[in-house]
Amino acid sequence: MTFETLLPYLMAAIFAMAFPLVTGYLVLVERKILADFQARLGPMRVGPHGLLQPIADALKLILKEDTVPKDADKFLFYLAPLLSVVTAFGSFAVIPISATLRIADLNIGLLLISALAAVGVFGIILGGWSSNSNYSLLGALRGAAQLISYEVALGLSLVTVVMLSGTLSMQGIVEAQFNQRIWFLFGNYGLMLLSFFIFLIAAVAEVNRAPFDLPEAESEIVAGYHTEYSGFRWALYMLAEYTNIFIICAVAATVFFGGWLRPFANIEWLAYPMDAIFPAALLFLSAWGCARMKLFPFTALLGISGLVFLIPAVATALSAPFWFFLKVSAVFYVLIWFRASWPRLRYDQLMDLGWKRLIPLALGALLANAIIGML
Amino acid sequence: MDAALFYTFAAITLAGALATVTRRNPVHCALGLIFSLLGVAGLFLLQAAELLFAVQILLYVGGVMVLFLFVIMLIHLEQAARLRQYSRQWPVALAALFAVFLEIYVLAQSGLPGLPPSPQPRLNAGGNTERIADSLFYVYALPFEAASLLLLIAIVGAVWLARKKEQPQ
Amino acid sequence: MPTTYSELYFPVLVQVLFAAVVAASLIGAGLFFGKRNRNSAKDSPYESGMKPVGSARERFSVKFYLVAMLFILFDIEAVFLYPWAVVYRELGIFGFIEMVLFMILVLSGFYFVWKKGALDWTLNPQRKAKDS
Repeated sequence: MTFETLLPYLMAAIFAMAFPLVTGYLVLVERKILADFQARLGPMRVGPHGLLQPIADALKLILKEDTVPKDADKFLFYLAPLLSVVTAFGSFAVIPISATLRIADLNIGLLLISALAAVGVFGIILGGWSSNSNYSLLGALRGAAQLISYEVALGLSLVTVVMLSGTLSMQGIVEAQFNQRIWFLFGNYGLMLLSFFIFLIAAVAEVNRAPFDLPEAESEIVAGYHTEYSGFRWALYMLAEYTNIFIICAVAATVFFGGWLRPFANIEWLAYPMDAIFPAALLFLSAWGCARMKLFPFTALLGISGLVFLIPAVATALSAPFWFFLKVSAVFYVLIWFRASWPRLRYDQLMDLGWKRLIPLALGALLANAIIGML
Repeated sequence: MDAALFYTFAAITLAGALATVTRRNPVHCALGLIFSLLGVAGLFLLQAAELLFAVQILLYVGGVMVLFLFVIMLIHLEQAARLRQYSRQWPVALAALFAVFLEIYVLAQSGLPGLPPSPQPRLNAGGNTERIADSLFYVYALPFEAASLLLLIAIVGAVWLARKKEQPQ
Repeated sequence: MPTTYSELYFPVLVQVLFAAVVAASLIGAGLFFGKRNRNSAKDSPYESGMKPVGSARERFSVKFYLVAMLFILFDIEAVFLYPWAVVYRELGIFGFIEMVLFMILVLSGFYFVWKKGALDWTLNPQRKAKDS
């Protein structure tokens, strides 16, 4: 057993064990950013600037009672959240973090993500149906119909990416962007911007985010499909939701923004500025921000990592994951921005947008891209 | 490892299929069918048909089974399930089962004629997807176009089935 | 470097199993540490504090069935598009015409569905006119 053969299993274990905690902090980041949009402070009480809030939430959830409603289908009620989590985590396997850091480089990577997302629908349907509650059933139906409606538009917009890359492998798509010297976002003389636009809307709907969070619209149907869930079983649904958000951000970063590639990856003399100076500058800036918030341990930590990034060997090793996670964070920020900006759609508006606007638009974009791509 | 995986997937397929026909609750039946289909997807993968593996999950599990569950919820099958099940077809089923086993036995004895040895799959070069595209768009171009006709008929049929008897005011 | 398909896909299976183990142990922890204090009011399904009305296994609109059916049809089309997209440069103009013919037939079905009103979710046309 060499390190190379063990690496995929190691990464799988790290993903599976770290992501419950990461989810907690994603929620904190989201709450902080939303608070910022609304000129509030957000969580401040638990730990400095609410930094221990996720830990407190997790402890609280563990101590909660795990209730099962009367007349619920117990077996399905237990199984459904597990199904959601497992399908969400499966997609990690094909997301490449750098040229070597990945669990598996599959020829059908992109299709596997769609397939797992399609199976994830059952977590919602079965969970809502087995609860034996009216709100849960309504949420489940809405959720399932919404997911399958937007899956079509999502799939069609990804087909245009495949036309440019000529492969379904996530690794191959990034390499194609390197070889063609362009991020696919700007491919086909800018026509791919339309595809990205469709992808982004469909992706937000796929992960049930505002303004498409009808399956869990609290003003109409309490909490939708997970109304009857409590304790850690409820937390599993949240875990699956935030994992899916991370996955969809990672897919956007990989297929449209060049994945782990730095900007202008083909220009040699930009290697050191992009791989070392930019990350270091960003880390120093964050260190300064932490100092202003009086979080001095973080200042020290970020400052030292910034200095470490200036070493050329470290920069070449770490720049790929750095750029990947920076792009993922940028897309995640945009998703929160959406949530802060737009009110929820009505159900008929949602279906109209999906079937009557996005699908025809996606087909048009596909044909136009096909014609331009062949010229 | 291949043999172990084959038996695991085969066991999942068979157990799912058994659950599908033995469970009373139609939603449980559907779940059994989902696992059975996932097992078949795994078997496809062991045959190096990775595109089929993904399509099996995407279409059958993610599409057809969602439709099944919708239909189960739509027509309120639980009440039907509480009634006593009348299945008078079991002698016919047994006969069909026997015929299939006989067929498999004869085939296993004589060996399959005319199948060329499958080429060793090459990873990441001229993969499964390209080969399927090749046969789909060159060799079987006409059946491929006929498939679109079939889809058209299915769309019209679905709308016709779900039509309203009278327009509500 | 993996040399067979089962070696290539095995990490994916392992990832799924890890996720299942972590999720199951989280539920286990919740069951172990969580308190248990059941009563019939707590066990009844939540309906904003009222007694639950009717059954939660209600029948629902046939529209959902239609959406699922249309989804399957469009999904099949998308699945045909993926292998086409991978090789469409090599296929050239022949493959393009082939796919356009295919799409025209499927899209005429889509047009039919649209005109039949199967994609409309508002019952009252006036409300719809006011909205748009």
